[in-house]
Parts: sequence; C-alpha cells; structure tokens
Amino acid sequence: MSVVIIDYGSGNLHSAAKAFERAAREAELDLAVTVSSDPNVVAKADRIVLPGVGAFADCRRGLDSVPGMVEVLQRRVRGEGAPFFGICVGMQLMATRGLEHTTSYGLDWIRGDVKAIAPSEPSLKIPHMGWNTLTLVKPHPLLDGIPTGPDGLHAYFVHSYALTPANPGDVVAATDYGGPVTAIVGRDNLVGAQFHPEKSQALGLKLIANFLRWRP
Amino acid sequence: MLKVRLIPCLDVKDGRVVKGVQFVDLVDAGDPVEAAKAYDAAGADELCFLDITASHEARGILLDVVRRTAEACFMPLTVGGGVRNVEDIRNLLLAGADKVSINTSAVKNPDFVREASEKFGNQCIVVAIDAKKVSGEGEPAAWEIFTHGGRNATGINAIAFARQVAELGAGELLVTSMDRDGTKGGYDLALVRAIADAVSVPVIASGGVGNLDHLVDGVEQGHASAVLAASIFHFGTHSIGEAKHYMAGKGLKMRLDEPAQGAAAQTAAMALS
Repeated sequence: MSVVIIDYGSGNLHSAAKAFERAAREAELDLAVTVSSDPNVVAKADRIVLPGVGAFADCRRGLDSVPGMVEVLQRRVRGEGAPFFGICVGMQLMATRGLEHTTSYGLDWIRGDVKAIAPSEPSLKIPHMGWNTLTLVKPHPLLDGIPTGPDGLHAYFVHSYALTPANPGDVVAATDYGGPVTAIVGRDNLVGAQFHPEKSQALGLKLIANFLRWRP
Repeated sequence: MLKVRLIPCLDVKDGRVVKGVQFVDLVDAGDPVEAAKAYDAAGADELCFLDITASHEARGILLDVVRRTAEACFMPLTVGGGVRNVEDIRNLLLAGADKVSINTSAVKNPDFVREASEKFGNQCIVVAIDAKKVSGEGEPAAWEIFTHGGRNATGINAIAFARQVAELGAGELLVTSMDRDGTKGGYDLALVRAIADAVSVPVIASGGVGNLDHLVDGVEQGHASAVLAASIFHFGTHSIGEAKHYMAGKGLKMRLDEPAQGAAAQTAAMALS
C-alpha cells in the first residue's frame, strides 16, 4: 500500500512521514510513505494525506501553485474515491470557504466555512493550543479503539480558526473550548483532523493506523 | 477540556545537553535526542530546546539534533536561542521544529515578530521574554526586559513589550524571570500573572522551579497556560509522570494518557519511572 503526503510548501512534512511509518510498523502494515509535490505520484498513491500549517489563504495559494495538483486531487479523491486525510489547515481546505484575514475558497468537499474560534469565556486564550480530549459525535472507523470523552486520550491542537460544516452530520468528533469546536470531519472517503495526529503521541499513532486500515 | 502543559527544557550547546540529564539506562545522556525520546515516552506535553551555542556558524549541528529529534518524537518541539532572521526560522521549521522561540531579535526589532508570524503563522512563533524586577520596596511592581542571559538591560517595560509582541503576532509567550532562574525558589508569580492577564495568547511560566508546588503555583497564581522546568527533571529529582500526577492531585487538569506504544518508548519509559 502507498500513501502520499502532499508537499506544497506548507511546513515540515518529515515528522508527519515518520509518524505514518511508525504507525504502519506498529500495526504491521506494509506501507510505502512518500512526501511529494508531484501530481503524478499523487495520481498513483492508494491513500492521500494533505497537511498544512499557517494561514488558510497561504495554503490555498500554495496548493494552486503546484500545476495540476488540485485537478489530480479532485480526480483521485472525488472521482475515484481514494481515502483522503486532511490535517489541520489541510482539513480546513476541504471546506467551502476560509475567512481568515480575507475570504478565500477551499476545495468545497465539506460544505461550510472556516471561521475564527470564539470561546464563550473571554478568559480562554487564542490560539487554542495544547492537549484536549475528543467528544464523539458519530461513530467512525478512524476512531476505532480510541477512547473519547473526558477520560479519553488527548489530541494536540494549535489553531485559531475552525471548520463548521453546514451539515452537522459531517462532524465526527468535537472538542470543548468554551463551546464545541470541530475536531474531526468525515464523509464518504474523506476525513480531516483539526489537531495534529503526528504530534499526538498514542492517540495520533492509533488514528493514523486506523486511516491506513480504513476501507471507505 | 484543554489541559495544562508541562514542558521540560534542555539547554543544548554544540549539539550536546549542557546541564546534566540523569536518567538511568540512557545510552548517551549528553545526546539531546536520547533525552528527548525519554521525555516523549514519559508523557511530556511538549519539549523545548534552548540552544546556547556561542557561534552562529555551528547552527548545522543544532539543525541535525532537531531533525533527529523530530524523527523520533511525536510531540511538539520548540527550539530557541540565536534565532536572528526569517531564514533561521525557516531552517528550524524545515528540520522539524514545531515552534521557534525568538528573544533578542524581537527586542531589537519588534517588527521581526510580525514578519515571522505573517510568513509562518502565529502558531509557531513564540516570543521569549526575559525580565528582571526593577521596582523597589513599596513601589508599584515593574519589570524590565533583559537580553544576553540577563546581562544587558534594555529599559523596555516587560508588560508593555508582552502586549506589543502579542499584537504583532506572537502565538505564545515564554516568560522567564532572570531573578529566579536557577534559584529553585519558584517562578516570579507576579510577573507571570501580570503578563498572562495582559495578553490574549497563552503564556508559559519559566525560571526558578525547585519543587512540584512551584509548578502548581505557576498555573494557579501565575495564570500560566503551561509550565516549564529544567533541572528538577534532568537531575532526576522528579519524573514527568510524578509531576503531572502531583499537579492533577492539586486539582489542575492534566493529560495523564498512557505513553505511546513501541519498544523504544517502553524502554525509555521504564528508565524514567
């Protein structure tokens, strides 16, 4: 099985690749992990991971600056149903629009906007930074064997904006930060995590292994 | 619910840990990567490397340490020390740092904070604020920014500076009391609190931890989102797990997940327990 982590100039992807390799090793899965900015590699990969750090508009520009990348993503993911995993801003890019600084357009795979998080308690700090638990909204194979709820495992978040899907049924898990904040979205062959599985120790490695085993 | 972060910090010079790391069973306790792996396995919430290498030319060694750490540790890593320009930040992020801490360069040119956060996102820009108390007995409390390990006064008010860099785009502030650093007498709680209450971004308390109550105080009295300590962990006085359970026992919300699976992690965890 092959996984491609798309390199479009958004941060360091080395640790993400290492996390996927380790998760595969521990789950005894035969996996080739490639970090690539080549649409031809993306076209051939069994599974596709879109990471992303920084601002929504910058990431969108970065994705557009790779000739043929958005087209191959549309074809492989929406057309052919390749399992897709968006991480952090990579997850936000699945939305219709991002409203960070300026309005820009996402891939529109999960209908909804990415907006500034506004905790109900003004004393809560922005960015939402650190380890938080997940609240399961709808069962999903990505969370198989991962304890959720207040006594569950923790995920590492660092973000000031969050995706609110227009269809609440697209939310797989939320986290609490002065109100619910979308943590995982999922529909068909698409999943996305607002937190960083590659930085989330036990929960992260388990989630990645689940993604690698997932047959949507 | 968001948990309080406990962050061990390692001083690194020419690619080696400077202050002792006394964990049993570490093959090479002077290797920051070995120490990082042990902290990762012990459940540290983040890790901080402070590079105190004197020459800028030796940056390559640090980048190699960061690269090897990022390959082995699946938790956030902050790297600081000697960060002078956008290229330094880019190199550290590409090597695998999740956040970069800037200090003197931010004091010399606060606009560097804006430039850095616009380029890389505020989530990865930490501004390290080193401050000393300059007010006398009976005067209203005042702190001043110092650079070069507390040797150089700048005349800049620490609280005003904190507000300024937070507005310019710092995603987090690392507040170190130069009066307390190395004393084991506890954080300067009034300083940490004054800054934490003045800004909307998270604040990490640093400088002076000698016991586990100091960590609790940093959150409860200092209003810090995260607490950083060095020597109490390096010298084996307390383990990460012990500290987190102690803090949880005092009513703080801590992450007490079992460490990640994996043979290397298990061995390192045993070494620390």
